Amino acid sequence: MSGEAGTFSATARVLVAGAAEGEALVLAEPLSLWGGLDPESGEIIDRRHPASGAIVTGRVLVLPAGRGSSSASSILLEAVRLGTAPAAIITAEPDPILALGATVARELYGHTPPVLMLAPPAYFRLQTGQLLRIRANGAVAVLTG
Amino acid sequence: MLAGEEGPALQMAMRILATMAAVYGAPRLLDITSAHIDGCLYHGLSGLEFAQRLVEGGARVRVPTTLNVGAIDLLHPDQFQGSAELAGRATALMAAYQAMGCIPIWTCTPYQAYQRPAFGAQIAWAESNAIVFANSVLGARTNRYGDFIDICAALTGRAPAVGLHLAENRRGQLLFDLRGIPERLLREDVLFPVLGYLLGARSGSKIPVIAGLLPETTEDQLKALGAAAASSGAVALFHAIGVTPEAVTFGEAFQGGQPEQVIEVSVALLRETLGRLSTAPDGAIQVVALGSPHFSLAEFASLLPLLARHPPHPGVEFIVCTNRVVLAMLEERGWRQPLQEAGVRLIVDTCVVVAPMVRARHGVLMTNSGKFAHYTPGNTGLQVIFGSLEECVRSAAAGRVWRDPELWAEE
Repeated sequence: MSGEAGTFSATARVLVAGAAEGEALVLAEPLSLWGGLDPESGEIIDRRHPASGAIVTGRVLVLPAGRGSSSASSILLEAVRLGTAPAAIITAEPDPILALGATVARELYGHTPPVLMLAPPAYFRLQTGQLLRIRANGAVAVLTG
Repeated sequence: MLAGEEGPALQMAMRILATMAAVYGAPRLLDITSAHIDGCLYHGLSGLEFAQRLVEGGARVRVPTTLNVGAIDLLHPDQFQGSAELAGRATALMAAYQAMGCIPIWTCTPYQAYQRPAFGAQIAWAESNAIVFANSVLGARTNRYGDFIDICAALTGRAPAVGLHLAENRRGQLLFDLRGIPERLLREDVLFPVLGYLLGARSGSKIPVIAGLLPETTEDQLKALGAAAASSGAVALFHAIGVTPEAVTFGEAFQGGQPEQVIEVSVALLRETLGRLSTAPDGAIQVVALGSPHFSLAEFASLLPLLARHPPHPGVEFIVCTNRVVLAMLEERGWRQPLQEAGVRLIVDTCVVVAPMVRARHGVLMTNSGKFAHYTPGNTGLQVIFGSLEECVRSAAAGRVWRDPELWAEE
């Protein structure tokens, strides 16, 4: 980790590679995309989730982990098809189900949000509203915030 | 395969599998001898585009591969209560998987309808109840596969060599001690979904071991237990000492080790779990739905005499979900006619929590399935009440919940 006050950079483990930039949306709790994300609107629709109502589209979705059903990979794929997917996904634990959805999206549609794992304590430096830049090698830089 | 010498579909499947092997940290892929596919259930157009890409690329499965439920009862398509557009796409998805050489059995109980992998067989199965049954009751070895990777494994005949494919990861971790439960209750079918629901809630993704089940515990009881455990938790494997094949003894279940935690299961704890399976108080009901996992012939044999004594009230929708193999056996035995005369709707190829099949749009659905009880409120909009098979049938006859007061007694 390095950088001036308020910014830092870290290297995440790359599950599905890609470059991306976007505003961070940090979820306090795990989210199952199946039943938790509406791929039509990009809205978090799990009404028991603290981020219920937030829009993930174009943002860097930062969450502790996915949760539950293996159908979450289908929902991520559907969000990529409909253009409502996050710009990138960063989890604190490796999430094979999200990685699978992203891998299939790249096969089918030629692009995907990269999926990365950033272990604590660096994970906890990420906060909603920061502008993040992600490189294909897993470098995560906070540009503002 | 990765180089594309066997066609673009196989190349894509192998590329996805190789990426996922790296994600899982698997050092290699291993050969599998069977697959079961859940990707044939429609979740959106992208899933159909994926399957059609594979079909256009010449994909054919390399190992015996069965199909889980789709969204449509193909034998009785008019039972579908959703839009024609949705029905068309869901049917096209089912056709695409069939075109890849998968066996169109359309059931979550392939193990009672078509294929029973041998003890120790390496397989790639999807659908949570099928996974837990294959691992626990058959002693075959599969991880929790799901959409996309299931068909990639079937097409390549390979799977990442990690997790439950390896013997050392199949060791029991938690002990659920049932020695305080009266033997009468251990023989009741209704115990098993409730016990499973408790196991899932307390185990998360750990491997639970049950001590105290009777050696004569039936396959359908273990099926109900596993399906409930895989609904309330991520249980992919359980052991039952003296009952399931990798747990002949305590030592074998824990591979010579000790449990991380012991949970004493009392009747009070089971009753508390029972309460969590219902979302409405006992009262009027509109629907009874049975058959998650799909109803077996033995389960129909228990249902028929109950229906003869307590025919359903005409105002109650009475649904049983099963598979085509069991349906054919019902017809052979002349059992379909009494079901029809009782007003029972038989649904095959699909079920009521994955597709819009229930006619009632609101109200209360009663079931003896822990899995239906778990998914009904979120997936159908109906409230749910859980009960034994007899409680379900007698409640359907009365139009309101009937309870057996002795069922959960301490003695």
